Amino acid sequence: MKTLVFVENHNGKATKAGLEAASYAIAMHAGNPADITAVIFGEIQGDAGLGEVGVSNAINVTGQHNSQSITDKIQSLVDQHNIQLLVCSHDNAGKEIAPRIAIRSGASLISGATQMASVGNGVVVKRNVFSGKAIAEVASKNNKVVLTVLPNSFGVKKIGGSCAMSADSAAGNDQVKLVEVKGNHDDAGIPLPEADIVVSGGRGMKGPEHWSPIEELAKELGAATACSRPVSDIGWRPHHEHVGQTGIAIRPNLYIAVGISGAIQHLAGVNGSKVIVVINKDAEAPFFKAADYGIVGDAFEVLPQIIAAAKTFNANK
Amino acid sequence: MKILVCISKVPDTTAKIAFSNPTTYDENGVTFIINPYDEWYALVRALELKETLGGTVVAASVGGADYEPIIRKALAIGADEGVRIDAPESDAFAVATELAQYAKVNDFDLILCGKETIQYNGGVVPGMMAEMLGLPYVFGASKLELKDNKVVLEREIATGIEVFESSLPMVVSAAKGMAEQRIPNMRGIMAARTKPLALVPSCGAAAATAVQQFEMPPAKSGCKMIPADQAGSLIQLLHEEAKVI
Ligand SMILES: Cc1cc2nc3c(=O)[nH]c(=O)nc-3n(C[C@H](O)[C@H](O)[C@H](O)COP(=O)(O)OP(=O)(O)OC[C@H]3O[C@@H](n4cnc5c(N)ncnc54)[C@H](O)[C@@H]3O)c2cc1C
Ligand SMILES: Nc1ncnc2c1ncn2[C@@H]1O[C@H](COP(=O)(O)O)[C@@H](O)[C@H]1O
Repeated sequence: MKTLVFVENHNGKATKAGLEAASYAIAMHAGNPADITAVIFGEIQGDAGLGEVGVSNAINVTGQHNSQSITDKIQSLVDQHNIQLLVCSHDNAGKEIAPRIAIRSGASLISGATQMASVGNGVVVKRNVFSGKAIAEVASKNNKVVLTVLPNSFGVKKIGGSCAMSADSAAGNDQVKLVEVKGNHDDAGIPLPEADIVVSGGRGMKGPEHWSPIEELAKELGAATACSRPVSDIGWRPHHEHVGQTGIAIRPNLYIAVGISGAIQHLAGVNGSKVIVVINKDAEAPFFKAADYGIVGDAFEVLPQIIAAAKTFNANK
Repeated sequence: MKILVCISKVPDTTAKIAFSNPTTYDENGVTFIINPYDEWYALVRALELKETLGGTVVAASVGGADYEPIIRKALAIGADEGVRIDAPESDAFAVATELAQYAKVNDFDLILCGKETIQYNGGVVPGMMAEMLGLPYVFGASKLELKDNKVVLEREIATGIEVFESSLPMVVSAAKGMAEQRIPNMRGIMAARTKPLALVPSCGAAAATAVQQFEMPPAKSGCKMIPADQAGSLIQLLHEEAKVI
């Protein structure tokens, strides 16, 4: 199955979600990576990190692009190389490009894949539905397929190798223009959707002035910070930290929830986490039912002990 | 300004999730609501634009007769007209085809959707519509303003806020921040009874995908409790047992 992977570029490097999409495509083609071509737009450094995940061929398209001009270029690559499968990440860019390509090329689109696809007559793949409370197995009706892969569900698999990069160019499109990125906090730590570890605080933290233990634990663990919705609504924490049904959905390896009750709408955004730790002073808090490790106690007594243990752990690493 | 808002029907956020057979969601005892992104953000922002600029807001759904209370609710919140396209919601492609067909013959200046349904979490219907209509599209906008016949949009990303400019007409999917939820008042509910709710025949769109089966996620094996005075041992457990640090 001739496959094209769209990999998003951030400051010259493939995004983590983009590398996950590439790893996914490689795993689908175990033994036949030659069938896979990656495409990455804009200026890149070296091979943008593609060789390391096993991509052996990639096209770098220069110039300023939006999702419409990326679609135009991808569609011409699909035609030119007789592509039958396009893999993208299920992120902002993927959600703009994948549906367009599906329509333009007459492919079936399956969005948000969480597990490896099986290929036969078309593609069959599992995806989360009902905000992670159930799983659906979805089959494409066409042999041509566009797949988007849910970030943080498959992981980046570094298998090593080198990637031959060919240069290409394409015309832009300015119907939609990115005019500015405001409040760019690019270097201010790990972006929440990409984090492997997340430390999150709820209303039980009592006020914004009490967030330092959350931040300190996050720092020791190399984690991003998050919060429940009321916490961002009252302005204790910035909106982009709000996780849950109406905020962002995350799927880290480790989610540590402190002073969060575990309402169903909160769980909807975090229940894909591999391991969940809940710290709550109320033994009846519903979150314990979704947890792997639980500590019943006052956050302000429990957190300092964990931070101290994390410091010792880091010192002995 | 003529605005189309696409609204979908989803189980209430607290509804229990069960399946009556491998491919059918068990609707027994479930209350349905307008998908929160469609209602709180897309619909309310459309109403705000209409209130300042004039025009009409049409709330449209693809689905069966059980959609009517949902569309009436949108009318009660303030939409001027309701439309039900009488077709099954077989998949994103079929829904997008039906909506695009309707939009094509009704000339809208702006088409607003939610960023995803909380039921299927697909997030692709509006993108498909945009392509079928040949329109620009921005996914997941948290702010939408109109300036000199241009649309200025913001989107929250992990590292900041992206600002986009686009020409009209366009398709936008709405995320948190675009507007504030409005609770319908008695006058709105009364008025909704007499507002038009048109029934549009299906264009016969076929699905491009099929759900073969639903399943429940594997159950957690249980929560290991750590005494509060030994909280520090969590770090060792996470390292040696869970292997996540
Ligand atoms: C349609 C809809 C959508 C929603 N979407 C979201 C969403 O996306 N994300 C979200 O988070 N919520 C969402 N909510 C809100 C959700 O229902 C809950 O109200 C919210 O998650 C509760 O936040 P919380 O756990 O921080 O606060 P609370 O429910 O007030 O819980 C605080 C917890 O802290 C504990 N606590 C108090 N003091 C301490 C202490 N000293 N040490 C340890 N523990 C302590 C308490 O025992 C309690 O369990 C939504 C609601 C609706 C209706
Ligand atoms: N049956 C439907 N009728 C009208 N609009 C819909 C329907 N299904 C989805 N939509 C719109 O498309 C958006 C994204 O849906 P989805 O791609 O299914 O996650 C929703 O938030 C709605 O605005």
